[in-house]
Amino acid sequence: MKLLKTLTLGAAALGMAVTATAASAFEPSKPIDFVIMAGKGGGADKMARLMQAIVEKNELAGKPLVPTNKSGGSGAEALQYMKGATDPDHTIMVTLNSFYTTPLRQPGLKVDNMAFAPVARMAEDTFVLWVHKDEGINTFDEFLAEVKKRGDKWVMGGTGKNSEDNIITDHLNEAYGLSIKYIPYKGGGAVAKDLAGKQIQSSVNNPSEALGFYESGDVVPIVAFTNDRLPMFPDTPTLKEEGGDFSYFMQRSVVGAPGMSAEAAAYYTELFREVYKSDEWQEYKSKKSLMGDFVSQLDLADYWEGQIENHRTILKASGAIK
Amino acid sequence: MDIVSALMDGLWIAVQPHNLALAVIGVIVGLFVGALPGLGSVNGVAILLPFTFVINEATSDPAAPMIFLAAIYYGAMYGGAISSITLGIPGASTAVATTFDGRPMALKGEADRALVTAAVASFIGGTVATLFFTGFAPMLSSVALDFGNPEIFALMLLAFATFIGLGGDDIPKTMFSIFFGLLLATIGFDTISGEPRLVFMNEREQTALLETFGGNTDAVPFFDSVSWFSRGIQFLVLAIGVYGIGEMLWTINASRYKVTMTETKISFSRIMRGIVGMKDCWKGTTIGSLLGFFVGILPAAGATPGSLMSYGVSKMTSRNPRSYGEGNPDGVAAPEAANNSASTGAMLPMMTLGIPGSPTTAVLLAGMVIWGLEPGPRLFEDRPEFVWPLIGSFYVSNLVAVIVNLAFIPLFLAVLRMPFTILAPVIFVLSIVGTYAAYDNMYDVWLMVLFGFGAYFLRVLDYPLAPAVLAVVLGATAEEKMRQSLLLSDGNFAIFWNPFFDRDGKGQEWWIAPVTTWIAVILIALPIILWGVRRMRGGAAAEARG
Repeated sequence: MKLLKTLTLGAAALGMAVTATAASAFEPSKPIDFVIMAGKGGGADKMARLMQAIVEKNELAGKPLVPTNKSGGSGAEALQYMKGATDPDHTIMVTLNSFYTTPLRQPGLKVDNMAFAPVARMAEDTFVLWVHKDEGINTFDEFLAEVKKRGDKWVMGGTGKNSEDNIITDHLNEAYGLSIKYIPYKGGGAVAKDLAGKQIQSSVNNPSEALGFYESGDVVPIVAFTNDRLPMFPDTPTLKEEGGDFSYFMQRSVVGAPGMSAEAAAYYTELFREVYKSDEWQEYKSKKSLMGDFVSQLDLADYWEGQIENHRTILKASGAIK
Repeated sequence: MDIVSALMDGLWIAVQPHNLALAVIGVIVGLFVGALPGLGSVNGVAILLPFTFVINEATSDPAAPMIFLAAIYYGAMYGGAISSITLGIPGASTAVATTFDGRPMALKGEADRALVTAAVASFIGGTVATLFFTGFAPMLSSVALDFGNPEIFALMLLAFATFIGLGGDDIPKTMFSIFFGLLLATIGFDTISGEPRLVFMNEREQTALLETFGGNTDAVPFFDSVSWFSRGIQFLVLAIGVYGIGEMLWTINASRYKVTMTETKISFSRIMRGIVGMKDCWKGTTIGSLLGFFVGILPAAGATPGSLMSYGVSKMTSRNPRSYGEGNPDGVAAPEAANNSASTGAMLPMMTLGIPGSPTTAVLLAGMVIWGLEPGPRLFEDRPEFVWPLIGSFYVSNLVAVIVNLAFIPLFLAVLRMPFTILAPVIFVLSIVGTYAAYDNMYDVWLMVLFGFGAYFLRVLDYPLAPAVLAVVLGATAEEKMRQSLLLSDGNFAIFWNPFFDRDGKGQEWWIAPVTTWIAVILIALPIILWGVRRMRGGAAAEARG
């Protein structure tokens, strides 16, 4: 009996000690589950593995990040998985805009974005309109004229239905009275390849996806869907310069599972701040024409709220949601 | 710089001690990763990707980490055949076709010959592909660009046409099997519409169900599993279920009253005899090496369809097609030559176009980006100091892989010496662990077991299962490509068969897709025509006699 009592007391004391250290500063006590909301080999996957590599190379975290791809259902699988995480303090995820669009399109998932811990926004990816050089199109006006002439024989390839690429194509059709045909693909790489092979007529690839064929001279940038010209394409105007009123970005963020403690969230924010500051990340960011500063915690939550409303409007306008 | 001297420089770097050591370690790791069902080359490469950083730091040779990963990739392609032959479970999707004849050979006591054939055919396939790669990489990358959606679909149709004959003689049962596979392939999120299909519960029903229970997810058993099917039916889940559980149950049932022990003899002279015996497999090896490479360089296809098509073509062109599936060494040589050839081929679009042709090359691509390389049309010109040592290492890795593989054969054969009463439970455990390892998901494990029992009953009723497995592999790509093409043509099927169909309003002619489609149609129709001709002749002969 006495032994039992001692043990119980001991356990209680131990428990208190553990809570006390957790309250003062969080340190991961086991490998961190690093969920990737996309398939292996895609843009998000490449980026996630770069982050993992930076963490490991510079020994930034006490425990390793273990990447797992959960690509099912435009991120639905990953969101469900995060919701049901058994140890939220050791579960983080790399995410993109499907973080908002998938819950908006599938209310049945019952995913509340704001319940996720806003760890860090590492960058905003940009979108550029590309055509094949053989089309002989160099300006946005020429593009509009040619697309109008070709009617629905003009094809835009993009990643996924109701995705970022689809949203931009819908905008072009609506704002300029075009009838571009949108064909969804599984990944941005396949889109870039089919544009280079003249199987499709245009794309709105991220610079990172189209870069190879841009450098080889196969594809030509027409406009950037950004607020300012991209440093990598100084001669390519933005849509705003061409008189449009539209810009679109994709977040490249890290979030914590719903139910993550504030201490753990703060720990991961600091971890990814270090990643963001690393030379490797900065180099990748400038080489791939990524924009956006480091945003975390409350500022990131505010950013999400704005983005959710923004996407609700866009998806309603295109008829994807009611 | 001409190709020969560039290649010589590359080979010299590839045989530097550190690179050679990396190739040997990579091949051995790959061999075991590939041999364990479910682990496959994708996982092997993905798990070891961070490790390459250490290599990069330690060697300061830009090609070293890639040589290591490519060696794992090669090793895994060799290794996949090992579990296909000795256990009857394909280690990866690329090795499915190897089970068709490899397993029967093992059961006949020719496991050593099957393993030797697989190793040597893999070596030939890999080397032939590397030679093509060396000589024609830039030219071939433009071929890959010519393959758009209609072309890939036509190719898929051709693949289906080649395995019409795989199911044996019972055409209705084969058709059932193919269509069942195609049905399974449609489950999950549809790429084109973005809608879930056949997930058994849509959002509305899910929400309604949840409301009945007052929003308490725990009250509904398996509620989270509603998203099971939204992931689609993963290929390995079906393959391991069918081969690991279904076939095994069938074998247990078939050998109920006698304990089967597979005879295994191994000696140096038997291995040598196996190598000499390769001359009988020249046809399968040739078909596999060429077809595999060609299919491999097309993005979206990859090594699995390559190996399946090679098996089909090899069977079709054989003088003795009935011996396929009964343990014909050609049936091992063709898919094994093809999957190695295709995996080298798949490196081509990855390096020259930045487009991975298979899931494993997708991970390799991620690796290259991390090391600061820019795969794409300019890689060969911009980074020769990376490209040529890597190509050199393809030759070296292939040679290392075949030697290591032959050396390990006695070890793999030891598996077969286990009495079946021990081997069967081991296979069940491997099936479960393998499925979990592949997808980190318990649902897939349950689904695999379910497929296993289903497959057992279909096997008892004499339904061929290979066509269903193949339809799952190719179905999703075929459907996606068909629908993308039809979007392009506004629903007009002429885009597949009419070269004068105007795709882009510029009046261009497109020949690749129609030619491929017509070949496929003829291949499908041929057995029916032959059957009709035979019947007519038979009828005429009967009349003449009468």
